[in-house]
Amino acid sequence: MRHLLQTIRDLWKDPMGRVGIIGVLLLILLAVIAPLAAPYDPEQMVAMPKLAPCAEHWFGTDNYGRDIFSRILYGARVSLEVGIIAVGIGATAGYVLGLVAGYFEGPVDRVIMCVMDILFAFPSILLAIFISAVLGRGIGPTMVAIGIVNIPVFARTVRAAVISAKGLEYVSNARSVGVRTGAILIRHISPNVVAPFTVQATLALSSAILTEASMSFLGLGIQPPDPSWGSMLSEARSYMEQAPWTALFPILFIVVTILLFNILGDSLRDVLDPKLKT
Amino acid sequence: MEHLLEMRNLSIDLSRGKRRRPVKLVEGIDLNIDKKQNFGVVGESGCGKSITCSSIMGLLSFPLSVGRGSVIRFQRSDGSETDLLKLSKKELQKLRGKDISMIFQEPMTALDPMYTIEDQIVESLRFHTDMNKAQMHEAALDMLKKVKIPRPEQILTDYPHHLSGGMLQRVMIAIALINNPRLLIADEPTTALDVTIQAQILDLMNELREIYDTSVIMITHDLGVIAETCEQVAVLYAGQVVEEAGVDEIFHNTAHPYTVGLLRSVTSLGGAQKELYAIRGTVPTAGNFSAGCRFADRCEHCMSICREQAPKLVEVSHGHKCRCWLHTGITREEAAQ
Amino acid sequence: MKTYVIRRLLQLIPVLFGISVLIFAVMKMIPGDVISGILGVDATPELREQLREIYGLDRPYVVQYLDWIGGVLRGDFGESIRTGEPILPQILTRFKVTAELTILAAIISWIIAIPLGILAAVKRNSMADRFVRVFALLGVSVPNFALSILLILFLSLVFNYFSPLGYVGFFEDPIRNLQIMILPASILGVSIAGSVMRMTRSSVLEVLRQDFVRTVRAKGASERVAIFRHVLRNALIPIITLVGMQIGSLLGGAVIVEQIFSLPGLGQMTLTGINQRDYPVVQGCVLFIAFVYVLVNLVTDLLYSYIDPRISYD
Repeated sequence: MRHLLQTIRDLWKDPMGRVGIIGVLLLILLAVIAPLAAPYDPEQMVAMPKLAPCAEHWFGTDNYGRDIFSRILYGARVSLEVGIIAVGIGATAGYVLGLVAGYFEGPVDRVIMCVMDILFAFPSILLAIFISAVLGRGIGPTMVAIGIVNIPVFARTVRAAVISAKGLEYVSNARSVGVRTGAILIRHISPNVVAPFTVQATLALSSAILTEASMSFLGLGIQPPDPSWGSMLSEARSYMEQAPWTALFPILFIVVTILLFNILGDSLRDVLDPKLKT
Repeated sequence: MEHLLEMRNLSIDLSRGKRRRPVKLVEGIDLNIDKKQNFGVVGESGCGKSITCSSIMGLLSFPLSVGRGSVIRFQRSDGSETDLLKLSKKELQKLRGKDISMIFQEPMTALDPMYTIEDQIVESLRFHTDMNKAQMHEAALDMLKKVKIPRPEQILTDYPHHLSGGMLQRVMIAIALINNPRLLIADEPTTALDVTIQAQILDLMNELREIYDTSVIMITHDLGVIAETCEQVAVLYAGQVVEEAGVDEIFHNTAHPYTVGLLRSVTSLGGAQKELYAIRGTVPTAGNFSAGCRFADRCEHCMSICREQAPKLVEVSHGHKCRCWLHTGITREEAAQ
Repeated sequence: MKTYVIRRLLQLIPVLFGISVLIFAVMKMIPGDVISGILGVDATPELREQLREIYGLDRPYVVQYLDWIGGVLRGDFGESIRTGEPILPQILTRFKVTAELTILAAIISWIIAIPLGILAAVKRNSMADRFVRVFALLGVSVPNFALSILLILFLSLVFNYFSPLGYVGFFEDPIRNLQIMILPASILGVSIAGSVMRMTRSSVLEVLRQDFVRTVRAKGASERVAIFRHVLRNALIPIITLVGMQIGSLLGGAVIVEQIFSLPGLGQMTLTGINQRDYPVVQGCVLFIAFVYVLVNLVTDLLYSYIDPRISYD
């Protein structure tokens, strides 16, 4: 807890870190208050189609006459939800696998890491698309597919941290005095893994949001009428020359969101892992 | 100019960003190095000895820089004299590796892992001479023989990772001496090596400097190394020279309490060791120096004046300088008042 | 060297085997089996059974796998359910498009990213460095599809320019081919340039910190010699590794860019396969792309062990 406060304080000192924190908090706020803040129902026709941005419809309307601003707000919900849960799945599974592999080494390690290598042998978006072919489309399956894609990165990060932590004197001391392996794992090694893990998680969030947007753009992820920035953009493609705002606002929000998570991840890395600072 | 190198009022700044004033890591250094002299610079790690010597070659880089008012005069082979700190980048490059060379503490990392030993020796020749390929090969081979490397033909084609630390340090010496420099700066050349290898390297350096007529600045924390190789010694503490004298003088008539402490903490081989002596406390960090003597907190003879007023470097006997209130002519009683 | 290459190739076998097993297993987990995909859900049980036998789906999984992988090893990837055509020749034709797109994109990204990354590291904390870092951050944050749409929109609205449609092979009409490819390849290239730039910058900085650079300077080397002869040569190794990994992002990105620009590549074939539930096609395409990726990584590995004298071949 004290570490957490210290980390946040350090982040705050860095101007980029401040931008990251405020930006990400604002995004989360937008997503949370979407039902209150959205002026219209995102799935209903509320005005003329392809209306340009105006006082009633800040971001204009799409070709079904739906309010783009409201859809963007609800889209933030979908993006963050998918991102956070997918990273949660990948991080949890990766954490356990990496911890087990790094701690026991030997055959257990080899089997786990071999499976991870195999998952790594696929371009990530292709793997996500491929897995979602099994799981189907929609919010839930997309989360799981992206989550699975994220497992190997976390497993590798955690495994590397565990192996280097094991080399530390106090851990081998704990072992030599006979502290049980489980206890060592939890009490001594896990805190060492926190820093690289947190950095990885923040960066994974940005790539998970990107993957979701890409999949939805291809028509494979979130399905209409659920509002997703990716699918909004995909729909807008056929008429964007007449109504550019239908494409521009989703793009703006996708880019800004990914950018903010990247900024936060970068500053977090500088704060938590000064060795890597360049 | 009678000396080969003269440092006057040298200071080195550590930049702490635009808003804060830089910290002086090293201050008011005055040193003279004579031709063919072996000059020792001693001190604990962090006292500023390495950066002082790097500044001679203009090798300091951000956030370090030489402070205003510093002068380093150097006499070239043609007798002309230059202030090294006023040279342009180009002129410095011409000087480095030709008039002044340097060898470093970690031979294992001091060579580029991507090139053969021959490539790296020849490079020095390529920068400063217009020999052809065959001549450079001959010169490199000859140099390896001079530093007593066995199977020199074969070593030339090896990469650094093939060689041991001791061998690599010999290669470094070969690179440093190949252009017959007037001054060789050796920054802890034996610290990273095995004890048995250390003596060999020191002997080799002693032998070669006779042949090459090169002056040597030997930077070390080890008084044993000083005793074996040097004629004149300067002791650095917290960025200042605290004592300077000929090597016999400093070992027999030690003046500064810090030097006394250093001498006492030397482990003498063979002699029955009672207890390992350590100077209490640690070197204060730059920026936290007190107004008085910088050694006061660790000194066994600390007086009240030591905490109030900084002592000056004064000559205590002929050619022997010391920065300590015990040797400035005032007595304990006077100081107490 | 030769035995080293052979050994590395042998080491690939378990990975390639694992990939094929994984793909096979995933395909078997797909709900609503292939039969319903072909016949629709309301086919009679007898008809379904018949078809299962024809496709060999009534046999145990192990036998099915061996049958499939045996075919793959003989160069037979099976036939498309939709068209009945053999899959491999189609994959090879389409791979030419994807390969061209990927290679062009990689070259474009290196041309932009590597010099800028070096510049940023050498002139650390200068204006140039700051510019490069912002550019790199934007590069990693703008998805390739967003960049594509923005460019298409911009070109059509401002210059009334539309990227030409109708793919033409490079050897049929190189100029027309490049006209078609240049926009998608640039987008794909720019979308990975950010991370290549970051990596280049940080590996050059890492090398600049090393002791031997000081030695080189102490020998009297000019900055140019120090940077180009020594620092870059050492920084190349991590850069090459990254470039190998980036091929994965490029192959993945190609799926999206091919779709947007209607290029008849492997990515488009995979997506069409998924949308049409043409599972043998999906299986073949994914297997092929994964193999290519693994091989590219092997080549980069070999390349850097060739450059780095510290890695011995025995």
